[in-house]
Amino acid sequence: MSTLTMVNLQKRYANGYEAVPGLDLEIKDGEFLVLVGPSGCGKSTVLRMVAGLEDISGGDLLIDGARVNDMGPQQRDIAMVFQSYALYPNMTVGDNIAFAMKLRKTPKAEIAQKVKEVAELLELDKVLDRKPGQLSGGQRQRVAMGRAIVRHPKLFLMDEPLSNLDAKLRVHTRAEIARLQRRLGVTTMYVTHDQVEAMTMGDRVAVLRRGVLMQCASPQELYERPDNLFVAQFIGSPSMNVVRGTVVSTDHGPGVQIGDQTVELGSVGAARFPGIGEMIGRDVAFGVRPEALGGDGSGRLTMQVELVEMLGSELLVHGTVNAPAVRAIDTGVEQSDKPTSMVIASMDPRRKVEVFSTVELPVDIDRVHLFDLDTGLAIGRDAAGRVTDSSSPNELDKG
Amino acid sequence: MRLQLSKPSEHPAVVGWPLADPLGSWQLDHLQPVAGLHRHEVRLVELDPVSYVVKELPDRLAERESRLLRELHEAGVPTVEIVGVVTDRPRGQDGLLITRFLDYSLPYRTLLAGRGLRIPSLGERLLDALTGLLVRLHLAGFFWGDCSLSNTLFRRDAGALSAFIIDLETGERHAELTDGQRLLDLSIATENVAGGLLDLQAAGRLSDEVDPWQVALAIEETYARLWLELTGTEEFHVDESFRVAQRLDRLHELGFDAEEIDLETTAGGTHLRLVPRVVEHGFHARELFELTGLRTGENQARRLLQDVQRYGVVTEQRMGAKQRPVIIADLWLSERFQPALAAIPADLVGKLEPAEIYHQILEHRWYLSEAAGTDVGLDLAVRSWIKLAEQALTAPDAAEPVSESGADDRNP
Repeated sequence: MSTLTMVNLQKRYANGYEAVPGLDLEIKDGEFLVLVGPSGCGKSTVLRMVAGLEDISGGDLLIDGARVNDMGPQQRDIAMVFQSYALYPNMTVGDNIAFAMKLRKTPKAEIAQKVKEVAELLELDKVLDRKPGQLSGGQRQRVAMGRAIVRHPKLFLMDEPLSNLDAKLRVHTRAEIARLQRRLGVTTMYVTHDQVEAMTMGDRVAVLRRGVLMQCASPQELYERPDNLFVAQFIGSPSMNVVRGTVVSTDHGPGVQIGDQTVELGSVGAARFPGIGEMIGRDVAFGVRPEALGGDGSGRLTMQVELVEMLGSELLVHGTVNAPAVRAIDTGVEQSDKPTSMVIASMDPRRKVEVFSTVELPVDIDRVHLFDLDTGLAIGRDAAGRVTDSSSPNELDKG
Repeated sequence: MRLQLSKPSEHPAVVGWPLADPLGSWQLDHLQPVAGLHRHEVRLVELDPVSYVVKELPDRLAERESRLLRELHEAGVPTVEIVGVVTDRPRGQDGLLITRFLDYSLPYRTLLAGRGLRIPSLGERLLDALTGLLVRLHLAGFFWGDCSLSNTLFRRDAGALSAFIIDLETGERHAELTDGQRLLDLSIATENVAGGLLDLQAAGRLSDEVDPWQVALAIEETYARLWLELTGTEEFHVDESFRVAQRLDRLHELGFDAEEIDLETTAGGTHLRLVPRVVEHGFHARELFELTGLRTGENQARRLLQDVQRYGVVTEQRMGAKQRPVIIADLWLSERFQPALAAIPADLVGKLEPAEIYHQILEHRWYLSEAAGTDVGLDLAVRSWIKLAEQALTAPDAAEPVSESGADDRNP
């Protein structure tokens, strides 16, 4: 039963570089939290501070409410999973799992009990007396996991543990880890740059950019209600389509003019974006995920088809619209210099779409997102304490 | 597919390998599997005069390990030489990392199997070498993440052993390691060494009298002692400035050199505080190289430098005046070292480094002289060493010509 709490946790290097300006984050007991972000976002630095591998420059790190800033890695009762997973060919599976506990003078009866528990959990109980050479690849991987989890630490920390596995084993192990963590119930912090890993594994996902927490929420919440453009575009594959538009008034309520066409938001949009009526004439970033284009929806968006990809379960249609692309960058928001941009729609694979044709796609207005072009923050989502307006330019950097 | 090959003229054979095919399907002459369990497909290609280790792993990891091994090499930490990296292979296959097999090296299983730790000195030397390597790595800002006996190869070094990193898949480079990083790395090393020794024992190849736990935990003490000597702050009275020279001598004795030292006066002005900035291992090896051009291990260099010094007395007597070190070294090289090596049959030369052979001859000369009660001279020692080495090679359990200084249970 352990919680991990970071209160204004900071990391500054001797050269003045501020890798983590001040992070507030709590991982609940038994929770699987994934820390995700692009390379250099500070996620590994945070994990290392938690592990005791990096000195903490400021703030507090608490495990079960006790401050551990000045404790060494061994004193924190943390297991770094997969830091090393060498298996010894002449030792049995049981000995491979147990030997590190013997090294630390754990009583024999306790070792036997824990090995039994772990073996059952990992479905290795039938092969405890075998040598690793007699096991399948997946079983070997589980023996390696067994070595890490047999101690039953307060926290598991995993830093890109799947990065050195081949694609097939990566998918398999991803599922194994998620399943195992839920069965063990050990509080876990998992670091990855791969948003698919993050979304499929975590109870909650914390998205970092330049050491700043952009959003921490359940995978579904992140996907459907991103707080800002960075999260909107980082989460999801293919990424959310985002182009520049202007809020306009139409005969049927508010709309967004995108180049030479207008997507009418109607009453659904008016409810979704409270206060949009006061934004007429304002430029915004208009975002819509590929699957919210080309299905059901009251809005309409026309595009010139450039490429059609049949993936079996879906049809990805790539086309251009006459509006510049908008994307989140490290320092804020960037608008493309090009007057047109590429948009992707995920459609029913039974539909026939011709390359070079012009298609009018339904837009599911309930899944449209608007972002402030300066701050990148989501505009007027709802009245439940989440973002309703976003005109303060530094808002994004407060995390 | 992209092949990045270092020094292509030295490795022409690599271009002819079936680099586009899965490593497991290669059909090459002299291709060998590598013993043990591996995370990735690994093969040994034994060619003359160079052998190669080829490892199949994702492109990103292959490039990363290649870069780290190169950086290690540049930082003066002993490691294998990177030959090439293959990426963007067809059909989405993983990349290949090609390293040069370390000449004259031995794995721990060969060094310890069946005898090693029953003979205390060899086991201790092996672990001392591994610990020394970890300390050097940490001084250079590298975190290993998987320090183990099986990720290391060893070379004989004048009665001691030198350790070389052969796998750095989990490594990281930092400007400087924190205490937490060092301690975690040390704890991984301790666990891995215990695992390696237990595995040998489980295979019946290590004496049951050996306690792997005790042996492995000793690494932590050795590491702490060495780290303190190399980096620890020392405080002494202003009248005891000789302690600066003493500290430097101790560093040199350990084979390290100090680029600079910080000496600060303490608040009361009565004491000095010394902080060494240790830079590199290989103090004696560099000195020998500057004098003779020979590249050797640190202990070999220490031993050979003693012989050079001793030869200085001989040249002084012969020439009637004390000679400059560079002249003495040149005479020693042409009149002692090279003739002794030239007398060794080719099949013995290939088994050991030249400096190691010369060290063993010196050692053998010492034993012969002690038995005879008089100096038997170098020529006789060379002839006798050759005879014994040839006998050892033809013995039924022959493996390597070995030192007789107590490190092993066989004569040369």
